[in-house]
Amino acid sequence: MLNISGTQINFLKVRVITFILSAILIFLSIGAFFANGLNFGIDFKGGTLIEIETSQEIEISGLRDNLNTLELGDVQVQEFGSSKNLLIRLEQQLGGDQVQQDVVQIVKDSLGSYLSSDINFRRTEVVGPKVSGELIQSGAIAIFVAVFAMLVYIWFRFEWQFSLGAVLALVHDVILTIGVFCITQLEFNLPIIAAILTIVGYSMNDTVVVYDRVRENLRKYRSKEITDLLNLSINDTLSRTIVTSVTTLLALLSLFIFGGEVIKGFTFAMIWGVIVGTYSSIFVAAPLLKYLDVKREWNTTSAVDSTR
Amino acid sequence: MLYFSNLKIFSVLAVIIITLLFAVPNFFGKDQLETFPNFFPKQQVNLGLDLQGGSHLLLEVDTEEIIKERVENLNADVRRVLKKNNLNYSNFKVSNESLKFIVEGFNSEIQKEISELSMSNSQNILAMGDQTNLIITQEENTVQINFTEEFIKQSVSNAVAQSLEIVRRRIDELGTREPSIQRQGSSRIIIQLPGIDDPDRIKSLLGQTAKLTFQLVDTSVNFDPFNPSKAPIGSEILASDADEEFKYIVKKRIMVGGENLVDAQPGFDPQTNEPIVSFRFDRIGATKFGRVTQQNVGKPFAIVLDNKVISAPVIREAILGGSGQISGGFDSEEANDLAILLRAGALPAPLIILEERSVGPDLGADSIEAGQFAAIIGFIAVIIFMIFVYRYFGLLADIALIINLFMVLGVLSLFQATLTLPGIAGIILTIGMAVDANVLIFERVKEEIRNGSNMMNAVENGYKRALSTILDANITTLIAAIILFFMASGPVRGFSITLAIGIFTSVFTAFTFTRLLISLNAKRLKPNFVGLSKNA
Repeated sequence: MLNISGTQINFLKVRVITFILSAILIFLSIGAFFANGLNFGIDFKGGTLIEIETSQEIEISGLRDNLNTLELGDVQVQEFGSSKNLLIRLEQQLGGDQVQQDVVQIVKDSLGSYLSSDINFRRTEVVGPKVSGELIQSGAIAIFVAVFAMLVYIWFRFEWQFSLGAVLALVHDVILTIGVFCITQLEFNLPIIAAILTIVGYSMNDTVVVYDRVRENLRKYRSKEITDLLNLSINDTLSRTIVTSVTTLLALLSLFIFGGEVIKGFTFAMIWGVIVGTYSSIFVAAPLLKYLDVKREWNTTSAVDSTR
Repeated sequence: MLYFSNLKIFSVLAVIIITLLFAVPNFFGKDQLETFPNFFPKQQVNLGLDLQGGSHLLLEVDTEEIIKERVENLNADVRRVLKKNNLNYSNFKVSNESLKFIVEGFNSEIQKEISELSMSNSQNILAMGDQTNLIITQEENTVQINFTEEFIKQSVSNAVAQSLEIVRRRIDELGTREPSIQRQGSSRIIIQLPGIDDPDRIKSLLGQTAKLTFQLVDTSVNFDPFNPSKAPIGSEILASDADEEFKYIVKKRIMVGGENLVDAQPGFDPQTNEPIVSFRFDRIGATKFGRVTQQNVGKPFAIVLDNKVISAPVIREAILGGSGQISGGFDSEEANDLAILLRAGALPAPLIILEERSVGPDLGADSIEAGQFAAIIGFIAVIIFMIFVYRYFGLLADIALIINLFMVLGVLSLFQATLTLPGIAGIILTIGMAVDANVLIFERVKEEIRNGSNMMNAVENGYKRALSTILDANITTLIAAIILFFMASGPVRGFSITLAIGIFTSVFTAFTFTRLLISLNAKRLKPNFVGLSKNA
């Protein structure tokens, strides 16, 4: 039987190590962001994506050379799940939105004449320069708005110290998630923004549970040393934190393995985010409270109010 | 807390059963549903284009073109007025949104004349009560004329509304299955075409403004079609539709326009068997057409579509019946499409395709299959894990989870929300997160037992204590989902929908259904049911 109740792990003791670890990871993420940048998909940098399925296996390099003769700039051809499924990416063409449309036709015609096998066009996506600019903007705004909304909510429900701690942990998670995409150079597209927003929600969820317990223990043990109190709170909620993370990861892993190529990147981001989010609520959000000078004297009336 | 009145039990079960009923149609084919009794819900989940296959197009009305056309008309009006009043103007400049020139003797009388002419030429655009649509400023002899901002806005808005209508007509003419055509923002149109994975034909239909005009060919000058000289004033050089290199010189004046057409049909020329489009004018068009053909027998008459000459047949005799035909080396599909375009009318401005996302039916079906399989595997894994950790309580949470899944499906069907591939991911994520509320409660119950409570009190207090935590924790995720809903469109929006529904159903089931199950079994509960050994 799995039993992680009643643990007495001294999480705060290792806080220096985990803070340094987090700092290194954040540093790496920011470094990778400036060194490699994000590998933006067509959602954000515009361009064309065509997924084809062929009846015979296709030699990728030959196809790539053939498409390069069209002189459409950078052409990427890669296998997508199986050797008969290919993904063709074209960079955004100069000359505005209409040109992008013309290019699709040119490529489709060229594929038809070059490949002798039957071609099934499974997916065609064309994003023009206007829309891609807007998408990246609204994606960034969405993440900021989400983090800000969390800040306000926690401030409202707890105290500003909690709010600050929670948001720092959130920013930590968002940076590490963007960082892993900079380092791995996995494609960063619209669903990844959705994943990051969900991570923001999930990580916050985890943090709130721990903080809730911190607040409760602050009322219960008025004279307990803050380090011990934080440790106690993390241990109290540890079992829940682990069980929920495991069930979420089980579901996500299943999606990652069996859910198909199209949402692999999305699922990867989510899995990473759940791991980082769980880590940060235990090793970042809670220990931060030690430095944020949380209020000890909760008066009884407001305490009743906020448990409702 | 653990006591449930009969009314409570009844309402909880009623809510669950009704939601579940709405999920049922998704497990039957459309034909089978027909045989169900009338009271039974028959709505199925709406599949997004990424799952059922189809095409999404985002178009923008080229508003600059509209403004340009307005300024051009104004340009002609102003010059006419100045000429009429024998005023000599110089430095005439036409910019994007204004006219500027130097003139002597410009006074309020002339200003009024220009305003009135411009007003009368824009009647259909002006709002009621508008006094003028122009701002005329004069500094010594320099005059600048602008349209009012309100007028520009109104012109654009009208053009977009008109475009929307014409796009709808063109697509309807093709007989597409359940297309959705919506305006987005100030100048954009979103088109969703289920079941169409190669929208080339629709794109080419939408890519033409289809402005049809009949103009006389200018026969007053010697003209080499392959090496055109400069056109005299009042004429213009246009390329042939069939051959870009072949030019025509036609008079600028539009004798009859496409707006006077009432019908256009594809057909075949009985003599040559060549595909043609036959058309019919309304009364005004027929009169104009009759007069022009009468006065110009023996001269070539150009049929111009979007500034390209389709053909320029010689008028053999006056055509007074108001109908005619266009032949121009079409194949039958081209003739058919041209007829559609002419029937639907011309777009007030060109449409630009900003975004296209097309998914073939195979990929959609594959995605559904993969998503279902992943959901089942994830589901089984979570169920086993929960029983492993919480034993009997885990089993109760699992029952709640199953109910929860069907409720998500039921709510999706009830509100006819769209299920997309990321939406399926949202459901799978919900499987993982839905147990959270129960986990929080069970952990509290365990704690209470460890602190010496008896089982009944532990359960009671566990629920009470976990409540605010559960609300706080879920509200944060809900905030993220809501922001996502408003910021995203298309498939990603589907994710925020299932995520939000999942939050509501999982909190609901944890607080009602699981609690009900526990309360019904309360007397038999022992600590090991919650995964605690007796001596813990």
